[in-house]
Amino acid sequence: MNELIQESKVAAFVEHLPQTMLAIDKELVSKAIATIKTTDFPTTRTEAWKYTRLARIAAISTANQTAREGKNLSREDIHSSYQITKDGLTFVFENGVFRSDLSSGEFPAGATIKPLTGCTKEELAIVGKSLTLENEVFNAMNTAYAVDGMYISIQDKAIIDAPIQLIHLITGKNTVSNLRNIIQIGKFAKAEIMQSYFALDAEASFTNVVTEVIVAENAHLTINKLQYEEEGNYHISTEQVDQAKDSTFTINTMSLNGTLVRNNLNIEVNGVNCMTNLHGAYVLKSNQHVDNHTIVDHKQPHCESNELYKGVMDEKSTGVFNGKVFVRKDAQKINAFQSNGNVLLSDDASINSKPELEIYADDVKCSHGSTTGQLDEEAVFYLRARGISEKSARHLMVSAFIEDVVTKIENEAFLNYTHSLLKERFGWDF
Amino acid sequence: MITIKNLHASIDGKEILKGLNLEVKAGEVHAIMGPNGAGKSTLASVLAGREEYEITEGSVDFDGQDLLELSTEDRAREGLFLAFQYPIEIPGVSNINFLRTSLNEIRDYKGEEQISAKDFMALVREKSALVELDAKLASRSVNEGFSGGEKKRNEIFQMAMLNPKLSILDETDSGLDIDALRIVANGVNKLKSPENATIVITHYQRLLDYIVPDVVHVLYNGKIVKSGPKELALELEEKGYDWIKAEVDAQ
Ligand SMILES: Nc1ncnc2c1ncn2[C@@H]1O[C@H](COP(=O)(O)OP(=O)(O)O)[C@@H](O)[C@H]1O
Ligand SMILES: [Mg+2]
Repeated sequence: MNELIQESKVAAFVEHLPQTMLAIDKELVSKAIATIKTTDFPTTRTEAWKYTRLARIAAISTANQTAREGKNLSREDIHSSYQITKDGLTFVFENGVFRSDLSSGEFPAGATIKPLTGCTKEELAIVGKSLTLENEVFNAMNTAYAVDGMYISIQDKAIIDAPIQLIHLITGKNTVSNLRNIIQIGKFAKAEIMQSYFALDAEASFTNVVTEVIVAENAHLTINKLQYEEEGNYHISTEQVDQAKDSTFTINTMSLNGTLVRNNLNIEVNGVNCMTNLHGAYVLKSNQHVDNHTIVDHKQPHCESNELYKGVMDEKSTGVFNGKVFVRKDAQKINAFQSNGNVLLSDDASINSKPELEIYADDVKCSHGSTTGQLDEEAVFYLRARGISEKSARHLMVSAFIEDVVTKIENEAFLNYTHSLLKERFGWDF
Repeated sequence: MITIKNLHASIDGKEILKGLNLEVKAGEVHAIMGPNGAGKSTLASVLAGREEYEITEGSVDFDGQDLLELSTEDRAREGLFLAFQYPIEIPGVSNINFLRTSLNEIRDYKGEEQISAKDFMALVREKSALVELDAKLASRSVNEGFSGGEKKRNEIFQMAMLNPKLSILDETDSGLDIDALRIVANGVNKLKSPENATIVITHYQRLLDYIVPDVVHVLYNGKIVKSGPKELALELEEKGYDWIKAEVDAQ
């Protein structure tokens, strides 16, 4: 295929999307548009997309994006179906558009929380600061066409106890949602954010979300992320994280539904004494495809990172795990642990797992490992010999396997909600 | 309780059981002894329903049912229990959770009500005390990090929880020190009743000092070649198996 035809593919894709109305730097938007013009959708020849085919996203007919009515929903609907916890603040977006009618009106002291459409140019000055646009067509698309997103800025020393919950709903056919979030946690501050993604009567819809995160000196941030868009929809999510010294950043990613899900976690550990925790579970069936690409870049000494991802693949589903850990030349005394475990429940399911370590310092403790296997049939027999049906025996084993990472979630409500979705979708009890 | 007639079983095309006959009645304890490799564990596995074995001939009647037609789980639900020679570790699956599932599936099969959480916990306390199994172990992952003796006690704990009609203990004594042996035997003896039966597989006589059998059988080369009263065990202990092998080979 020649360059020109490929170029027109992305151009055609964005043609009907309204350019962003957010008060972000005009030059940045121009740069993003220029990138889109010269960059194609990645193919499997691109190393970072080797196992993830984007043809189905590229094929979405994106005309008629405007003039979409919001779904007729009430706060009660949100409450009963999507809200993970009553405590805290809940903010709802539909197809990238903020739904103030469904969102909390109260804000805690010590925090500025509002949709990006309500932010000033000054507040949005940090947008795109550390996000790569070059060759990153989805980052560029998000920058040029972001509809809205959440701006969360926690003041220095503010401890926000109640979780901040962001719910994104996709609705309708062929909908494209470019959602952009900004999260800034001030020095010595602490917060917990939940991001959950659902579909409501959606079909062949695409969510492209970019979240830029700054965790300042001594700050603590936990993000609990739940991906539960129905099958037939596509989701690409990018977290760009900047950690300053003495900070702790934890993200738990639960990918339980959706036909194609790609998560890019880019963690830059820019200060000494940091703690970084990346945990992920992906439980897949039918023809689902979930791809987790993570990068932890240790640039400073005396830091620790822990990464645990576990996946269960049934039927014709496919998983991808690519975890890179860099330890730069002067980043001594780093402890970096990375592990990826997979269970395949069918002969047609598959996983491509590639943990990678690139170490340029000499005084570090790093380990990485990847396992893929079937269920232990001896154990299944043992359970059956105690009167447990073969089906329940397999469920017990699989849930035990995945529970190991699911229970990294400290928030009880989020953990319970995750369990309830596993029960709903896979019939598992915990 | 169980009647095994002319049982032939093979694995990977190799015949291991070669026409085995055995009858055990309710209220009885039978010991099966025999040299290593005789087929004792194979018999236990075949009765429990391990699918790798091919049954080429023979029949097994379990309380009026054709045992060989039942799935592994249905055999257990009908009251057959195998205490494994090598209990497997199952990381992440808690003993308690799995036993509750097990009890409830057995009850469901029999058309009985699910056990209440309260009754279940009371049962766990009672039965773990019976085999002196630490309550902490009862709630840990199945056999994970258990010592050899703890694994064997856990098998008897499960047996006590499930209250089977027929228990088959496959070398439950191996790897046990004398204290653990006494505890395990004591547990088995307490569970004994006129309605249930036990098959004790062992190749040492010492367990039989504690669990006194009604009949002792010698399994050699895939068959029961000799049966006798409990004194037969002592004779085997003293003289080994060579005289039996010689007897059989002479025929
Ligand atoms: N998976 C297998 N494939 C082939 N032969 C087997 C297998 N398992 C056991 N055997 C053989 O079956 C025979 C009986 O084994 P087993 O029943 O474990 O004996 P025992 O319990 O009496 O020591 C042995 O000769 C053993 O080597
Ligand atoms: Mg054996």
